[in-house]
Order: sequence, then C-alpha cells, then structure tokens
Amino acid sequence: MYTASDLRKGLRLKIDNEPFIITEFNFVKPGKGQALYRTKLKNMLNGNQFERTFRSVDNFETADLREKKMQYLYKEGDKYCFMDNENYEQVYLTEAQVGDAVNFLLDNIEVEILLFEDRPIGISLPNFVELIVTEAEPWAKGDTVSGATKPVKVQTGYTIFVPTFVTEGEKIRIDTRTGEYLTRVKS
Amino acid sequence: MSTFPKDDHFYLARKSQALHLRARFIQSIRSFFIEQDFLEVETPIRIPSPAPEEHIEAIPSGNWFLQTSPELCMKRLLAAGYPRIFQFSKCFRANERGDRHLPEFTMLEWYVAQLDYQQLMDQCEAMLIAALKDMGCNQNIIWQNKKFNFAPGWERITVADAFFRYAPMSCQEALAKDQFDEILVEHIEPRLGANRPTFLYDYPAKLAALAKIKKSDPTVAERFELYIGGMEIANGFSELTDADEQRRRFEEASAARAAKHWAHYDMPEKFLTALQAMPKAAGIALGIDRMMMLLTNTAIIDDVIAFPPEAL
Repeated sequence: MYTASDLRKGLRLKIDNEPFIITEFNFVKPGKGQALYRTKLKNMLNGNQFERTFRSVDNFETADLREKKMQYLYKEGDKYCFMDNENYEQVYLTEAQVGDAVNFLLDNIEVEILLFEDRPIGISLPNFVELIVTEAEPWAKGDTVSGATKPVKVQTGYTIFVPTFVTEGEKIRIDTRTGEYLTRVKS
Repeated sequence: MSTFPKDDHFYLARKSQALHLRARFIQSIRSFFIEQDFLEVETPIRIPSPAPEEHIEAIPSGNWFLQTSPELCMKRLLAAGYPRIFQFSKCFRANERGDRHLPEFTMLEWYVAQLDYQQLMDQCEAMLIAALKDMGCNQNIIWQNKKFNFAPGWERITVADAFFRYAPMSCQEALAKDQFDEILVEHIEPRLGANRPTFLYDYPAKLAALAKIKKSDPTVAERFELYIGGMEIANGFSELTDADEQRRRFEEASAARAAKHWAHYDMPEKFLTALQAMPKAAGIALGIDRMMMLLTNTAIIDDVIAFPPEAL
C-alpha cells in the first residue's frame, strides 16, 4: 500500500480494479488545513479522465502493469491477434484497445503489448515505422512549390500527407506518435 | 542535477533579479516596522514542544523539533511586556512540497498588544502598501497575466459569505461532511483576491487553534487569511488569552494527531503559563516566499529562493 504523499505525475494506480495513470498532479494545503493532493486521472482501459483529490490519510495501490514484446499475426473479425514469441501464446486486443496503432500494424511487425495483471490492455508501437506507398498520384513534373503535400495510401490502408515528390512503391518513415511523414527510405 | 560549479553559476545567475528584489522587499518591510516603533526579535528555531496542531507536522531535530512557526516564543515575549514585536524566521513543516510549498520557508510574523483582528487587517494592508511603495513598485502588480491593484480598501469577506457566494454548499454543511478544506481549495480559494487583495475572515470556531472566539457570534473565531490571486499569503487572528481554553484545544489537537499516529509533542507548559499574563493582542504570519512569487511574477516557489531542497 502507498499513501498520498507517494503520489506524483505519471504514477499508475489501481482503483476499483482498473488501472489509472496520473496525468496532472498538484500538492495543495491551506496553511492550517489538511494536505490535499489534487490529481487528474486517466483510465488506461477506456481513456476516461476525471479529477480526484486525495487526503494525506488515503491509501492506494499501484497498478501491476508491464510491457511485453509480441508479434502481430492477423485480424480476425474485430479482434487483433498477437503472439508472444517466447512461449508462442496468443493474445487478442479489440479495435478500441489497438486504437490509432491500427494505422501502422503490418503483419509480423514486433510491438510492445501492455499487460495489466497479465491481461493485455493496449499496444505501444516503435516510435518509427517504415511502410511502402501503395497508392499515389503521379508527380507532376514542374510542381516544385516547396512544402506542398498530397495524400497517399500506405500498405496498411492508412492515408498520409507526404511531399509531392513521393511516388508509388517508395518506402517512407512515419512517426507513430504523431502519425506524420518523416522521410523517404532507400530500399 | 550535476554539482559542477558551472551549473550552480547558471541556475543561480538566473535568479539574480528575484534574489535582489527579495532582499529589497525584506528591507522595506523592516523599515516599516522600525518606523512604527516595533522591536525586531529573534526566537529559537529549534524548540522542545511545538504547538500541537492537527494538520501541521514538525520536523524532528535531535530530541527536539524545528519550529513550524515562532508563535509560542513570540507570545511569551508579548506576555513579558514587549507589546510590538516582529520577526523574520525560517519555519519548517514536514511533507509540504509543491509549487507553493517548501518544507523550509521564510515567515514574517508580528504581534501587537491591544489590537484586534480587524485592526490587524488594516495594519497588514498598510504594511504591504508601504513596503511596495518603498521598493518603488507600482500599485498594480501583474502576476500570471492578471492585474492586481493594491490601492487601499482591500476586499473583506467572511468565510460564511464566501461559501454562500462561491461554493456548492454552505460552510456548515461542508463542516458537517468534513469537506471544508476540499471546498475551500476547489471552489473558494481560486476566486479570492481576483483583482485586489482579499481578507477572508471569521473562520469556524473549531478551525482556530490559537484564535479568540468572537463574542457576538461564538460559532466563529476572530481569524483571517489574506489571499491574492487565489494564493494564501497570510494568516492572522485576535489571540486567545484564556490559558485553560488553550490547553483544552491543545489536548484536542494532540488526540487528533495521536489518532493518525503523528508525533507526540509535550504540552508547551511555559507558553501556557505565560499566556495567563498575555495582554489582549493580535498576531499574524505572512509568507515572504509567496509574496515574492507575486512580485517576481512566477507560479513556482523555487524561483524566489536560491536553493530549493532538491538543489542541495
């Protein structure tokens, strides 16, 4: 058990059997009054946010969370299947749990699966992925306006804005945290 | 943080303006009190028995404690015939650390015999206005993109009225539900001192460990707090001079502390004895660091002192 004075930004707590992360933290105390710990919490299962004020006498548990490297296998219905390459066990995530990561999920890619008490609850991608452009308007020669972009489709079906000089069949590097184009990659 | 001398040079050089202004502020306050015929005193920082308060925990020092405020010693001086005294002192409170809290901070505390809390509010207002003027500060202070006007005639509002105006429940209801502090912090404090300093006064009687109960309304104590921009700056009151009543309150606070396994303090007997001879008086503690946050336009208390604990 931990007490309120252990609270800090980024700490992951277990409340009503669900994992929460502290996204904002502030210590407040009227001079003669009691110490209060104001937090903003985000539910790591459904993303819901709420504010909660702890008193110094309040106890709480930290959430048992860890990450494990797994390989993405395939999509089955609305479930995504991943395999633990150490013991070949398969786990499933829902579309909501995969979230925006779906845009960068290539078959066989290695990802980190977030486990809460050994149950898979989410995914964390490498910061950068490289994907091939599968659909793109041809580059109109002479179109040299710097900074101009156009939408293209990549292997996963994700549509992304890239500089006009990027052509179909080229490999590009994408920042998964922003979903934005970074550079072309020589294949 | 590395302790390489260049780092110190960098971090401390950035604080140069704040540290100079701080020294100037303290000098201006001192001038005010000396002109007003106050005696500057020094009382020990390390003491055998702090006043037992339910929500303030002292830091042990050997088998004694570091003071949480100089209140008890200063009142012994008052009782011994020093009617106008002030002191800048370091105070220590365990487990208090945040954007507006340091475990070691600087308090200005002063006491005046024969004054009551309303008159002390007047004096507090006059002192800060005089100090700002002496420093060459404008009466309008910009803090965190908001303007605060320090011209005389600061707002005064009772705790009951503030609950009525700003809170989702009455003060009585908040007390009954044991939510006074939460409501105060979440709904009331942020609205206090919005464009000029505000005194919040007449606190519920049970929230005034060392204050006098108001004769015309025994449910409240003659206690006030000064707020500027939602930030608590000072706490003052008409002093309780009934030693028996004071002992009862200390015993109550000690029991509440024991219930949550906080340190036991011996009853401050010498203070209680002195209290029997103490004249009618009012006293106030004002956070110098918090005032400096206002004067240097920062939201972080670390910026107004040279060395926050983490930098040591």
